[in-house]
Amino acid sequence: MNFEQFSQGSSFLHRADPRVKIINTAVLSLVIALCQNFATALAGLLIAILLTIAARLSPKQVLRRLLIVNSFNILLWLLLPLTYGGRPVIDFAGIGLSKPGLFLAALITIKANAIILIFISLLATSTVARLGHGLQKLHLSPRLCVLLLFSYRYITVIHQEYQRLQRAAKLRCFRPGTNLHTYKTYAHMLGMLLVKSWNRAARVQQAMALRGFSGRFYSLQELEMNRKDYLMLTGLLLGGMGLFLLEGALK
Amino acid sequence: MHISEGILSAPVLISGGVIAAAGTVIGLKKVDYARIMPTALLSSAFFVASLIHVPLGPGSVHLVLNGLLGIILGWAGFPAILIALFLQAIFFQFGGLVVLGVNTVTMAVPALCCYYLVRPWLKNPKTRPVAAFCAGALAIFLSSLLVALALALSDSGFLTTAKVIIGANVPIMIIEGFITMFTVTFLARVQPEILHLDQP
Repeated sequence: MNFEQFSQGSSFLHRADPRVKIINTAVLSLVIALCQNFATALAGLLIAILLTIAARLSPKQVLRRLLIVNSFNILLWLLLPLTYGGRPVIDFAGIGLSKPGLFLAALITIKANAIILIFISLLATSTVARLGHGLQKLHLSPRLCVLLLFSYRYITVIHQEYQRLQRAAKLRCFRPGTNLHTYKTYAHMLGMLLVKSWNRAARVQQAMALRGFSGRFYSLQELEMNRKDYLMLTGLLLGGMGLFLLEGALK
Repeated sequence: MHISEGILSAPVLISGGVIAAAGTVIGLKKVDYARIMPTALLSSAFFVASLIHVPLGPGSVHLVLNGLLGIILGWAGFPAILIALFLQAIFFQFGGLVVLGVNTVTMAVPALCCYYLVRPWLKNPKTRPVAAFCAGALAIFLSSLLVALALALSDSGFLTTAKVIIGANVPIMIIEGFITMFTVTFLARVQPEILHLDQP
């Protein structure tokens, strides 16, 4: 199972420095997350769409991702107009729908999609290994970076181990259903997974100690900001500032 | 149980971020060099566990298991959950950067509660299954409560949505309770040092 399906590509966003991408994602998502106006949210969505186009990802995969992520928004569309209250009520087939509730659901949907697209185009276009390296260069706690990189490294391994347990259960005619036997079987598979991870951790620890690991990673790829990176950093920071000013002007 | 981006208000996001940062700093202090690998690999194991879908009636739910994580990792659960959520955001875009703090708090604080409230009862084999069941159920209950609180504090119009979320989590509480119970009794038999029951 490939967890990082957006990280392979050749666009300039794939090649950009991870530090630039982390900073820009943080600034843009913060401004969009906190805005209250439709104009700002739509402008943010425009930036997000442009970035997604620039990242040259498979549109099918991006749309599928958006569909899954929007499932929570569907819940909001169902609940907020009925429960938000507030005066201007629209009468729809005998049911009173709250106008502020509808507006809020729409605003949240726009904001959420804008932030997700920025996230996909800026962060998901890097591997976690590169992002971890970038975070380390941004002076995030080295211990947290080591934890992040090791968890990332072993997720695929542990996932394969789980799939092996699952195959073994299937071969023994395990058919999941809503009953205690199913939950017990899953719990034992999970327990086995934890036991395997625990013992693997001990082996990795010994192997790393043998190689003189002191709690810090050194990357062979040196990160170096080039002119394009600086251009992107300033450009997107200006975009974020523009959104901020727009929000201020509309208040 | 993630809150997506774009929903919460600034005060909620900021306080979530501050609490998560404080918890992570304390958690990292407890993760010394010898505990880095177990913590890292258990975070990946819990990440994988969150991909497991367990059948429930006609549908299925995915496991959260923050109660079990809390029992095993204690304070180190904060960085572990932070990392698992960060990876989920990168891989699947569930949650995001700005709500990462709030999402960490809603998962890690219940985990920590389980560590302090339930762990003392795990040492005795007689109370162990009941205590483990309570840990699994309590963690989900507290998480849904915190999610509901974050929504309700952001905008009072979310009150009904918040109640719906707590109600929808009741079956998950029961499932997580059973799974945590069976997993803990399994671990106590197979590899008790994971639960480090001998420690105070």
